[in-house]
Amino acid sequence: MKRKVILSLAAGAAVLGAAALGLTGWMVFQPGPYAFATGKPIPLSAYHGPSPTGVPAELASAAPAARGAYVAAMADCQACHTAPGGKPFAGGRAFVLPFGTIYTPNLTPDPETGIGKWTDAQFLNAVHRGIAPDGSHYYPAFPYPSYTRLSDEDVLAIKAHLFALPPVKQANRPNTFGFPYNQRWLMAIWSALFNPNERFRPVPEQSPEWNRGAYLVEAAGHCGECHTPRNLMQALDQRAKFGGGVAEGWTAYNISSDKISGIGDWSAQELASYLSSGHAHGRGVASGPMGEAVELSLSHLTKADIGAIVTYLRSVPSVKGDLPALAGPAPATPKLARIDNPVGKRIFEGNCASCHAWTGAGAAREEAQLTGVRAVNDPGGANVALMILHGSGGPTPHRPYMPDFGKVYSNDEIAAVTNYVTARFGTEPSQLTADDIARLRAAN
Amino acid sequence: MPRDPEAMQAGTLSRRAVLRGGAAVLGGLFIGIELPAGRARADEPQAAGAALSAFVHVPAQGRVSLIMPAVEMGQGVYTSQAMCMAEELDVGLDQIEAIHAPPDREHYGHPIFYVQATGGSTTTMAWTEPLRRAGATARAMLVAAAAAEWSVPTSELVTARGVITHPGSGRAQRYGDVADRAARMPTPADVPLKSPEQFRLIGTRARRIDTPDKVVGKAVYGIDVRLPGMTFAALTASPVLGGKVEHVDEAPALAMPGVRQVVVLDDIVAVVADNTWIAEQALRALDIAWSPGANAALDQAQLWADTETAATGPGVTVRKEGDATGKLAAGALVEAAYELPFLAHTSLETQNCTLHVHDGACEIWVGTQVPGYAQAGAAQVLGIPPEKVTVHNHLIGGGFGGRLEAGPIVTATRIAQKVAGPVKVIWSREQDIRQDMFRPLYHNRLKARIENDRITAWHHRVTGPSILARWLPPAFKDGIDSDAIDGAAEPPYALGDMLVEYVRHENGVPFSFWRGVGPNSTVFSVESFLDLIARKSGADPVALRRGLLQKNPRARAVLDAAAAKAGWGTPLAASAFGARRGRGVALMHAFGSLLACVAEVAVTDGGDVRVTKVVVAADIGRIINPDTVVAQVEGGVVFGIATVLHNRITFAGGRVEQTNFNDYRLLRINEMPTIEVELMASTEKSGGIGEPGTVIVQPAVANAVFAATGVQLTRMPLDASLIARSV
Amino acid sequence: MTAISVNRKTYEINATEDTPLLWVLRDELGLTGTKFGCGIAQCGVCTVHVDGMAVRSCQMPVGTVGERAITTIEGVGETSAGARVQKAWLDLEVVQCGYCQPGQIMSAAALLAANPDPDDEAIDAAMAGNLCRCGTYVRIRQGIKHAARS
Repeated sequence: MKRKVILSLAAGAAVLGAAALGLTGWMVFQPGPYAFATGKPIPLSAYHGPSPTGVPAELASAAPAARGAYVAAMADCQACHTAPGGKPFAGGRAFVLPFGTIYTPNLTPDPETGIGKWTDAQFLNAVHRGIAPDGSHYYPAFPYPSYTRLSDEDVLAIKAHLFALPPVKQANRPNTFGFPYNQRWLMAIWSALFNPNERFRPVPEQSPEWNRGAYLVEAAGHCGECHTPRNLMQALDQRAKFGGGVAEGWTAYNISSDKISGIGDWSAQELASYLSSGHAHGRGVASGPMGEAVELSLSHLTKADIGAIVTYLRSVPSVKGDLPALAGPAPATPKLARIDNPVGKRIFEGNCASCHAWTGAGAAREEAQLTGVRAVNDPGGANVALMILHGSGGPTPHRPYMPDFGKVYSNDEIAAVTNYVTARFGTEPSQLTADDIARLRAAN
Repeated sequence: MPRDPEAMQAGTLSRRAVLRGGAAVLGGLFIGIELPAGRARADEPQAAGAALSAFVHVPAQGRVSLIMPAVEMGQGVYTSQAMCMAEELDVGLDQIEAIHAPPDREHYGHPIFYVQATGGSTTTMAWTEPLRRAGATARAMLVAAAAAEWSVPTSELVTARGVITHPGSGRAQRYGDVADRAARMPTPADVPLKSPEQFRLIGTRARRIDTPDKVVGKAVYGIDVRLPGMTFAALTASPVLGGKVEHVDEAPALAMPGVRQVVVLDDIVAVVADNTWIAEQALRALDIAWSPGANAALDQAQLWADTETAATGPGVTVRKEGDATGKLAAGALVEAAYELPFLAHTSLETQNCTLHVHDGACEIWVGTQVPGYAQAGAAQVLGIPPEKVTVHNHLIGGGFGGRLEAGPIVTATRIAQKVAGPVKVIWSREQDIRQDMFRPLYHNRLKARIENDRITAWHHRVTGPSILARWLPPAFKDGIDSDAIDGAAEPPYALGDMLVEYVRHENGVPFSFWRGVGPNSTVFSVESFLDLIARKSGADPVALRRGLLQKNPRARAVLDAAAAKAGWGTPLAASAFGARRGRGVALMHAFGSLLACVAEVAVTDGGDVRVTKVVVAADIGRIINPDTVVAQVEGGVVFGIATVLHNRITFAGGRVEQTNFNDYRLLRINEMPTIEVELMASTEKSGGIGEPGTVIVQPAVANAVFAATGVQLTRMPLDASLIARSV
Repeated sequence: MTAISVNRKTYEINATEDTPLLWVLRDELGLTGTKFGCGIAQCGVCTVHVDGMAVRSCQMPVGTVGERAITTIEGVGETSAGARVQKAWLDLEVVQCGYCQPGQIMSAAALLAANPDPDDEAIDAAMAGNLCRCGTYVRIRQGIKHAARS
């Protein structure tokens, strides 16, 4: 009897162990980020098409400073390495993760608090392998598994750009991870499993434009870091590539070619407009982390590079999602019997209708259109709530702007108006509560 | 900003006069002068015709010009001042034109403040008699001129609607016909005034004279001034309070089409352009390096803590009766502290000022509550005599105290000094809030001794800055700011032995008057504290107050009227706005007026508060225009509800955290309670009504929330998280 | 050069297309009855009619106006609803400082033109975007009902 129990326990453990191993293997041995594409990736040096790396042709003869700035914009270092209201690239921006808060380091050339003393080799080692000059490993909040695909030349162009910045003396803030997440050596294992540590490999069977797009998306732009879901080990799940993820509480939507949940029914022109200006007619406005990506990175790219990104994105296979199809236009009348949400209505009519209009079509500017926008047609409601909490953009001439309402409206009120907006202008209403809003506040 | 020169000249002035609103008239009022010919090209009416006094000009044809010493900012004083003059002058309100007074302290200096200012709910109490007298005197001069022409005694002439008639002979002529001669007559002294039963205007619901132009978009506010060749300026101050400009590269702004000039002052950067929008965009294009200076670490928690610490330090005795200290030491204490936040004025018309500095002179077009300070401040910046500064005053798009300072006018002068031609300087909403001079932080500590359910000793300690010490130095006497302690020193109640103290504490944040002024803090605290006592002693809040008013029947009548009208003691019906319901009461005596208020609230489980009904009873003495009084109470109540529910200015890293109406929340029409106002018939001296509605509703709402939730919040505004059901 | 129609008059505009209509009206055309209050569509003092709809002119780039008819407070008295609202505002002495009232009147007139007999809920829906710091809301509500009856 006893032996039987032990046996079965052992068998169970073995099964579990095998399953765990299998699961780990499943997570570790993944396809590459563009394994979906027909063709066989080859080393960059063996590729004979126009270079997919570096700056675009227009800038080939530009001054080194301009080229460095362009490559730095491609990789969008600034967004994460700048604290709100702080000096650009001086770090200190907080990222609230499930295990604690991490603060980005100072990338200005200050010798004491920044990277002023770093050698080229140290910088390459950090960007490609996630290893600091002291040998410690970075957390993958720093997207080196993507950046590892950047060419040496581009990484050093970024370094040159950073070293030309005015040094800012601003000490790095330690992160607040507790045990076991504060054990940085664990990251060495993670890194060995999940960082391929290889440079970009073009696919000769694909067009030069596609290859440039792949480089911009996978190496520099690191789009998958937000838009691809993560597995249990916090690595990107390339089998659900671009199927949607989360960034600082914001839902990073499916950008695979799925027609309902993804961008399959966006025209190339819509995508190009959205990426370069943060807005496409009827598609809403890039906000939150995506707004930053547009402002600091994508809006600085050439038309050809945006086109390359669009070409590449549209080649990514569909990943089915569970989001509903987009709702049609909303009625002009404020009276809608099916929405019983007086608090939401009260706030909408006071603070929102002036710009968005009762129809949701936008009262004075098309950027304010709500109908047809993915976030509004997401019963999760997180992005609508976050927009209301934090607003979007700044009151500058060429960027859509929405003020933030989080400071003086209560969690009940923010939840109510979010639910009102999704009910009125979306397919399925969100059901957020004050607690949900409190969680979203904490995530940001 | 320089110390206000006009105030520095203010000689001796009784603090008592300021405190109690006495009508000590300082300075001669009725010297016939010719006002400087208006040079304004703005579409603003100018005084016309023969000057019978500084207040009354009668042209040969057309409307009589009445000069308004107090400025119109919505409170209806152009109508009430005109009513006072027209009453005695015997003209109709349709026969007059209201003219903004120029800076001229000798003629338009405030009978209580001495300087030329509109504020403190004092217009009616200060100006009613002087203006009636101005009207009566002008009438007497017109009648005398007609009597001389007709060779009849003045007693045989009658006047009505601007016509002088001699019933005996049937002769008649219009005021305009005799005005030139009347202006040359000697000014009679001691002209008798009408008795109240002779009034045909005062006390009636007269139509306002300023509103017809306002509903068709013709009214000209300061921000609407247009001058030929005018440019437009946008400005910014350091995000950190008091920061200085370290460096600014002007090139990005100058590269934009339509930008004329970048003006860099030590603390301000301005862009001058062809229109306001270009100026604003160009300003945003500038990357300005600011040196934050001493306030870089200014933080709200520290500001609260500093004030609390100061409140335990030495203070000045304002009132001492009996041995409150001794009695309070003996125990049976109730004790509490109430804290009020910084507040912004947020008039809907943002700060603005249009100037033309040229040839050693300066013209200013602005809406201001202090034209004299405006003139003196600009003159000081420019180093020219004040008489070289012409101030064209305008309608104000909401004052609330925000136009009682010349600071923005001084800033605009410093910009305009560097600009050729006329320039309109407009504050964006963000800058209007950032650069505001705020309603200061106040801390009120109260202690009371309760014996046999009776209050036998009372100690009220007010801690806050002194606005008067800066604004009207002569009124700051013996270390006491009579505004800060107004409402604490003489509450309407019998509270046993009393000790009232004032601790002057200033924290580097600019501060100024704000609608409701000192009583906002003192009345809030006294009325909150009484409800705390009532709760601790198991007494009904109205009954408790009635018991303290046995020697004050006037106040008691007001309290009773509000309680009766509100159905005090009857159960509250369920509300869709929130399950927890409560009624709160408050009473005040300040600004020469007595008001009681009952507010009803509904509180959600999450702690959001909706005010569902407000009832106010008011005895404000004799009333000039009852409809305006009701409007002022309604408006004050709305202002006060936003204050107690939502408003605060906070600092983090030396920066004001609020920017615009998305984070400085005003009440909207869909959040309105029903408001009922009962005016008590009264023949007492007229009190003020601009501020009291704001003052009285705040403690009433807070007490209603206390009743609904059992939680008394002591730091304003109300914090939903502290009254959420789960707490 | 853009041309816009304001109060049935055509104006040639010098301002760039991204300039908000508000500043074209105020600074270029001198129609200062339309006010500036916040610049972010939270206060409503800049409300005008665009083809009869109440729109915050601080948010409308002048380049997007096109052929649509702009009506401002200076011209709304020529419409039936506008005239009735203006009269009601005086009859009930709605106005205090008056700075927000052009916007209030424009919003109320658009409401009445679309809905001749608005109930409280409709009034909230149309008017909640217009702030009044003087607190004239009690009378604004009464004024709209008064105008509806007239």
